[in-house]
Amino acid sequence: MQFSERRKRVGSRPQAELYGQPLQFYGQPPLENISLTEFETFAVDRLKLLKTVENVGVSYLKGSPQYVKKLVAESKNLNFPYRLEPDKRRKDHISHFILRLAYCQTEDLRRWFIQQEVDLFRYRFNDLSPKQKLEFLHRNNLQYDTIGIEEKKALKDKLLNSSPGVSGITVEDQDFYKVPFQDALDLVRTRKVYLKAGYVYIPHQEIVTIVLNDFRTRLSKALALTARSLPAVHSDERLQPLLNHLSHAYVGQDYSIQKNVGKISLEQIDSLSGKSYPLCMRHLHQALRENHHLRHGGRMQYGLFLKGIGLSLEQALQFWRSEFIRGKVDADKFDKAYAYSIRHMFGKEGKRTDYTPYNCMKVILSNPPSQGDYHGCPFRHSDPELLKQKLQFYKVSPSGINQVDTTFSLNHPNQYFLESQKVFGGGRDLKREMDATQKAKENSVVKASNVKQELPTNGPENVAEMEDLDSIFQEP
Amino acid sequence: MPLSDYDPASLPDLLPLYYRRLFPFSQYYRWLNYGGVQKNYFQNREFSFTLKDDIYVRYQSFSSQIELEKEMQKMNPYKIDIGAIYSHRPNQHNTVKSGSFQALEKELVFDIDMTDYDDVRSCCSAADICSKCWTLMTIAIRILDRALREDFGFKHLLWVYSGRRGVHCWVCDEAARKLTVAARSAVAEYLSLIKGGEETMKKVVLMDPIHPFIRASLAVVNKYFLRYALQDQDILGQKESVEKVLALTPEDILFNNSHPLIFRTVSLSKLKHSFKIMLQYCYPRLDVNVSKGVNHLLKSPFSVHPKTGRISVPIDIGNLDAFDPFAVPTISLDRPMEAEDEENAEETKENDKDAADRRKIRGDEV
Repeated sequence: MQFSERRKRVGSRPQAELYGQPLQFYGQPPLENISLTEFETFAVDRLKLLKTVENVGVSYLKGSPQYVKKLVAESKNLNFPYRLEPDKRRKDHISHFILRLAYCQTEDLRRWFIQQEVDLFRYRFNDLSPKQKLEFLHRNNLQYDTIGIEEKKALKDKLLNSSPGVSGITVEDQDFYKVPFQDALDLVRTRKVYLKAGYVYIPHQEIVTIVLNDFRTRLSKALALTARSLPAVHSDERLQPLLNHLSHAYVGQDYSIQKNVGKISLEQIDSLSGKSYPLCMRHLHQALRENHHLRHGGRMQYGLFLKGIGLSLEQALQFWRSEFIRGKVDADKFDKAYAYSIRHMFGKEGKRTDYTPYNCMKVILSNPPSQGDYHGCPFRHSDPELLKQKLQFYKVSPSGINQVDTTFSLNHPNQYFLESQKVFGGGRDLKREMDATQKAKENSVVKASNVKQELPTNGPENVAEMEDLDSIFQEP
Repeated sequence: MPLSDYDPASLPDLLPLYYRRLFPFSQYYRWLNYGGVQKNYFQNREFSFTLKDDIYVRYQSFSSQIELEKEMQKMNPYKIDIGAIYSHRPNQHNTVKSGSFQALEKELVFDIDMTDYDDVRSCCSAADICSKCWTLMTIAIRILDRALREDFGFKHLLWVYSGRRGVHCWVCDEAARKLTVAARSAVAEYLSLIKGGEETMKKVVLMDPIHPFIRASLAVVNKYFLRYALQDQDILGQKESVEKVLALTPEDILFNNSHPLIFRTVSLSKLKHSFKIMLQYCYPRLDVNVSKGVNHLLKSPFSVHPKTGRISVPIDIGNLDAFDPFAVPTISLDRPMEAEDEENAEETKENDKDAADRRKIRGDEV
């Protein structure tokens, strides 16, 4: 791609043909000149789209009708209408490649980018008509053909008995594709598909998985290649600042640089946990106090949070040790088994990475808690009944619970802590702003990120409102 | 040929004779050359030799059939393994820039070893085999051969007796040779049914409904089961194995017969219909690791087994039930090689291998 201040030229022939298709694999980079303004706008718009995809995907089951509806609604607000009209396809093409430049640099960035692009692709592919789907497959050298009705009938029993998701109705209604087994290894490996003469027979609903895997693999390879040609791109001074800005946008502040080291004392922790901890950390703290122990997932999530709010390494060691000693662990064992990992968290051991406190997305999406764990996000990982009880216990008012607020977006536990401390520190403006944003936006089952909690008010007056909590936890 | 006649100490004397007179070099070369379609295919193939005193040499490669013959007759290897086709001649791998020397292609291979069945055979253990447990190999070959041909569409399969306690399968189709590690591992897992190690009793996990592959495999096991499990292995004859069987038996069969001892006299067909039991006793047990790697070295057909003296010969699938591992040619004979013997030995080997080879090399080669 060449960049200049000139206005754009009309795209070349093959590109016009490409834009005649509703969906593409992004195999070929765009070959035209665009203005810097367009470069920036396209990129930012797509980033917003991908972030929307991420957020909707966290709140709703991917592929469900609510998910689709929500994504349609949200993307209308952006400059990316969900069904790509021809004039938007060019933008789609270019913006994808620009973001590749920004997101190819580290493993984390790549992973995030690929995940959102795959989700976006899945959503668009499912939206195509059957004819368009077949056309897409053939255009992209996925030589998957559908089998005829006669053959389907003859194989019916075998198809039913091989694929867990396939019922008699599926066989009747859906097209079945013949795919070389090398392209469907996961299905072959787990024997969840009918295999004959080197071909697997896949119902339409599953062909998407295959196509997605292909898309993911191609994109992954492409990003690796892109990373290699980055130095050349970065040498263009006009682009470097923009690309850096783009790749940090999704992360936001990571609370890794400890501004407040030493400002917190260990004696304050219990009261802080009641006042300024987000629910997940409060939960962890309580479990730690009660059991004098936390498992690895909990130690990581809470330990890094503590680092983020300003605990020093020495304080952290003292904190964990004094608690664990009250339990089954003696001082020696603590020093041997647990101290190392705390020092590791602070970047004093091993490869000396200074780990950053988890943001909400990470807490919600990675390492789901199992039996005996206390980490994770209570709004995501807890049973609604339990969550309700807990909120009642912490005396949160119903309206406080009811919010899925995107204007004051809370997406990091340490952010919650800081904002809360500001409030108690008397930042009046801030408090008013927070009150103003407490409007119930949706009355749905509480899930996932961006839930703003009202800071707990210590008083009995909210008891009456507590009974209303029931209604909040009904399925809509 | 009884095993006691063979003396490993005589190998140094017998091997030269074998490599000069019997080893089928021209068929061997013809196979591994694959019609010369791909350049340097034979030249870039890795062989490894185990020499006297357990000296093991890797990265052997040869530029022609003649060179192969000369070297083998010079070194008289106790064992020969075949490896992958590399990007460069293996015997020059040290001259290649590190990282560029890569294994590119190899046949898809399977190794079935009788020791893996020790928990379900009572007649032998470890490296021993007898006619009673050999049936397990027959069952394994039938099940895998069917699956590789009918399910995966492979056409050029070479089944070989390992010389002691198992069989190998070489899948030589072009598509098979080009499979990635992930694909090989997926094929091996598709074919695997027995899971679990020492501690677990129930090693077969069956889903409902039963996949066509399992159904077809059960059909094979069914044919052999009565004779194998109840007669040859007599699994109901000893208390220990009865308990094992009971542990696997689905409860509805047990409850119909209140006392364990009655079980013995109960209609054997009920036992037969317990799929899991049948599979646990008879289903092939693969070592996935052998099949996964592109660069994995496997014993070559026509290699001698140093411990038994038996030659690793191809097995004729068309006459599988008649195969007798104890009647396989051995390197030691109680009379010097006579011309007639030579011819016969060569002929059998030729017939077994050539049928497969010819199909490979002619136009049918995909």
